[in-house]
Amino acid sequence: MTPLIGVVVFPGSNCDRDAMEGVRALGGESTVLWHADATIKGVDAVIVPGGFAHGDYLRPGAIARFSPVMSAIADFAAEGGPVVGICNGFQVLTEAGLLPGALQKNRGLKFLCRTVTLRVDSTDSVLTSALDNGALLRIPINHFEGNYTCAPETLAALRADERVVVRYVGNPNGSMDDIAGICSEGRNVVGLMPHPERACDPLLGSTDGMPLLQSFLAAASGAGVSSRPG
Amino acid sequence: MGGACERARLPVVTFDVLVEVRLRPGIADPQGATIERSLTALGFVGVRDVRVGKAIRFTLDAPDEASARDQVTELCRRLLANPVMEDVDVTVAARSPATP
Repeated sequence: MTPLIGVVVFPGSNCDRDAMEGVRALGGESTVLWHADATIKGVDAVIVPGGFAHGDYLRPGAIARFSPVMSAIADFAAEGGPVVGICNGFQVLTEAGLLPGALQKNRGLKFLCRTVTLRVDSTDSVLTSALDNGALLRIPINHFEGNYTCAPETLAALRADERVVVRYVGNPNGSMDDIAGICSEGRNVVGLMPHPERACDPLLGSTDGMPLLQSFLAAASGAGVSSRPG
Repeated sequence: MGGACERARLPVVTFDVLVEVRLRPGIADPQGATIERSLTALGFVGVRDVRVGKAIRFTLDAPDEASARDQVTELCRRLLANPVMEDVDVTVAARSPATP
């Protein structure tokens, strides 16, 4: 079956088209989920893309978490549905409480826009199931608030359950424990600051985002993660 | 007038509210650190512990101060601050009654 991926669009989202193109390149189908609609239209998986939802006013994701579509996404995630938040989408998911912790300003107080190296540290998630542990990926980052932080007990739990799915090799932003991406307890919700959808075409300098999105499409088809019900 | 009667039955006080949002202790504050270095570089000796936060001001109509404080606590929790990395200081002050 061809999985149908919903890509959320808030006012200020700017990576929604890239995400849809990445899905298309891998043989999936996608549809836009407008933030003000309280439904995810029966999609098989949801991408919360990058950008500046609601202008990042107050804090990135702080306003977006109250958009009507977020309640539908929370219900979908609670049932085991695959959800990935990329960059601003990761910030939205932490503000919404679907993932623990928060993203603060980069340590060097600079907006970072460059390609970094990530190491896959857990393959038990909807975004990494098609990869090998220790795999190195070249993926772009593009953020000001990407410096992951959380309470010490939260970090201990993330480490104990191997919920840090990707780490930076050469920490660019000060993230605690080099964290670039984490997953939920159910391993069906993943948030990461780097942009796999921008590394899906040789013209863009890397295709290392493809196995990540491929994992996600497999999860959307119901074949990705063993812990997903049904 | 009807409106005046309504107000007389349900007295409302207007409060000036100041919510100061700041990074929790232990959370790195690169803006504060940069400003501190700049002040030192400008020759201001003895400046320490610079922290950068946000100040959010608004007015709130509520029956009394306890109710106003409850509302402010709740709206800080739900929106104005992220408890993972931020603390708040709240100041609630009743406006003096308008002259008739």
